[in-house]
Amino acid sequence: MPKSLFQKVWDAHTVRQLANGQTQLLIGTHLIHEVTSPQAFGMLRDLGLPVAFPHRTFATVDHIVPTDQLVEPYSDPLAQAMMDELRKNCAQFGITFFDRASGKQGIVHIVGPEQGITQPGTTIACGDSHTSTHGAFGAIAFGIGTSQVRDVLATQTMALSALKVRRIEVNGKLRAGVYAKDVILHIIRTLGVNGGTGYAYEYAGSTFDGFSMEERMTVCNMSIEGGARAGYVNPDETTFAYLKGRPYSPQGAAWDAAVATWKSFASDPGATYDDVVKIDAATIAPTVTWGINPGQGIAINENIPSVETATSDDDRAGIIEALAYMKLPPGAPIKGTAIHVAFLGSCTNGRLSDFQEVAKYLKGRKVAPGIKAIAVPGSQIVALQCEKLGLDKIIAEAGFEWRAAGCSMCLAMNPDKLIGDQLCASSSNRNFKGRQGSTTGRTILMSPVMVAAAAVTGHIADAREVFAVSNN
Amino acid sequence: MALAKITSFTGRAVTVPGNDIDTDRIIPARFMKCVTFDGLGEFLFNDVRKQLDGTLKPHPLNEPRFKGATILLSGANFGCGSSREHAPQAIQKYGFRAVIAEGYAEIFFGNSITLGIPCVTATREDIAKIATAVEADPTLEVTIDVTKQEVRFGGQTVKGAIRESARDALVNGRWDAIGELIDGLPAAKTTAAKLPYLAA
Repeated sequence: MPKSLFQKVWDAHTVRQLANGQTQLLIGTHLIHEVTSPQAFGMLRDLGLPVAFPHRTFATVDHIVPTDQLVEPYSDPLAQAMMDELRKNCAQFGITFFDRASGKQGIVHIVGPEQGITQPGTTIACGDSHTSTHGAFGAIAFGIGTSQVRDVLATQTMALSALKVRRIEVNGKLRAGVYAKDVILHIIRTLGVNGGTGYAYEYAGSTFDGFSMEERMTVCNMSIEGGARAGYVNPDETTFAYLKGRPYSPQGAAWDAAVATWKSFASDPGATYDDVVKIDAATIAPTVTWGINPGQGIAINENIPSVETATSDDDRAGIIEALAYMKLPPGAPIKGTAIHVAFLGSCTNGRLSDFQEVAKYLKGRKVAPGIKAIAVPGSQIVALQCEKLGLDKIIAEAGFEWRAAGCSMCLAMNPDKLIGDQLCASSSNRNFKGRQGSTTGRTILMSPVMVAAAAVTGHIADAREVFAVSNN
Repeated sequence: MALAKITSFTGRAVTVPGNDIDTDRIIPARFMKCVTFDGLGEFLFNDVRKQLDGTLKPHPLNEPRFKGATILLSGANFGCGSSREHAPQAIQKYGFRAVIAEGYAEIFFGNSITLGIPCVTATREDIAKIATAVEADPTLEVTIDVTKQEVRFGGQTVKGAIRESARDALVNGRWDAIGELIDGLPAAKTTAAKLPYLAA
């Protein structure tokens, strides 16, 4: 019987059925970081357990690292304590730690792929909901809580219930100025922030076939914002070309064998799905959020919703709450909304191609007066790639601060934070109340190029107009 | 590691209304700068409960009449967003023992069950009935019967559904799977040996 990639990976990693009917699932690759792992190591110590497969856990530090301070001790003693704890735990349990001294540190979801640790047909877990990013490679990747981090450390397995699979097919060519970020914001807007509950999303169709790995990662990254615990793209030649020659990729004869295995995990033609959604790529516009969850999005040329446009009581309540928080005028164009901060970076959009695309348009332009603009590469390797190409200079000359790698202002567990009710044009993934570090701070999610357009004009703008992008 | 069998729970309830209440709202990220979960209860819903100077904002959890409530009532898609276990940890450490909502985000639900927090699902109408009864009498005792998947209060009974694997785990005292997972470690090694990327 034809199977989806999800079913094949699930079956290959099933250890046994547990008493409550859940599956004990083998987790091939475990990624950890400083925020959600210390308590798990503490539990492990309390139980007197070793790490079962120490060579299958990889650590880096991302959430709390200051992006403008490289030398320890960090000025925030709590951040330093978390750093010290991770260093100690990795040393004690024999876990590879990509720290800043390694030159390979970065956001965990950027480090895994660039090291070749993230591979097709594998299971991956990390104590971070954006672990879905790794699905871009045809892996099934789960964001987990700290008790499950403990479970994976102790047994390399966890207890899970199987997910349903929804195939989301996007076909056709994206219009000029429309990016992978717009595709996922459009999907979440269409299916809702809880539309994916109980599902893994299989992203497919000619649009995804034509996407680079970095574009696929941007989409898979935000699966969780649509409620889907995992999201993936079937592995293909683009996947294999990306992985070839990376430090943890198979080498020599093992490479060919691995590619054959990886191909065998791709969904079979005729596989059955619990649901199928089809989207025409040409209908997707540059998309921005206006509210307080990632599903509250509109095309850049649409107006901010008002209670009159509500489609249900829930929608009405959501609009009232969101507009009150966002301090946006109902029914007005979102275009022209003044911004205070522009943020480029995050596990969603902190990769080389994001900065390449932005630099293309920022060259010779300046950030509008009074706007604080920061550009934060997702990893030390991304930073180095950008610096070799001179992108850092272009971006800095435009008026962005070029920072060191980390999660930065995506969640503000570090010194990069909004102040008061500042409004941020952000390439990150969440616009929840207070997400960017101020309890009244406001976030508008968008693609990196749209952030650049907002930065140079000082307001939410259509990058296609600002940068004279046409469909030619 | 014998775990308690969580078959039912009785306590007073408080409603925190709204849909899509995310884990950043439940526990803002800055309170996750810690290496233990101790003390998180104090910061539950911090930014909607307190001003920056620590003075209280109007919020159900700040109302004296709801002090001591151990059941949290809320709306749809409760616990969406970040996978932080800090969210259910904060809920538990604040003193809550169970949640009744219209629905839950997947990761939050799993994290909560692993901590032995029953998260039952009720319809909007039924949650409104419970909320109305609690509003009228905050001392009203609400019982969540996990075994029977019922919520009982003030002479009324409504459905309080919970996924079978979670119901089974709670009522049979195996909601924290670590013991079973350790028992399965030899089998896990066998599974790993069959997978080329793990066999090497």
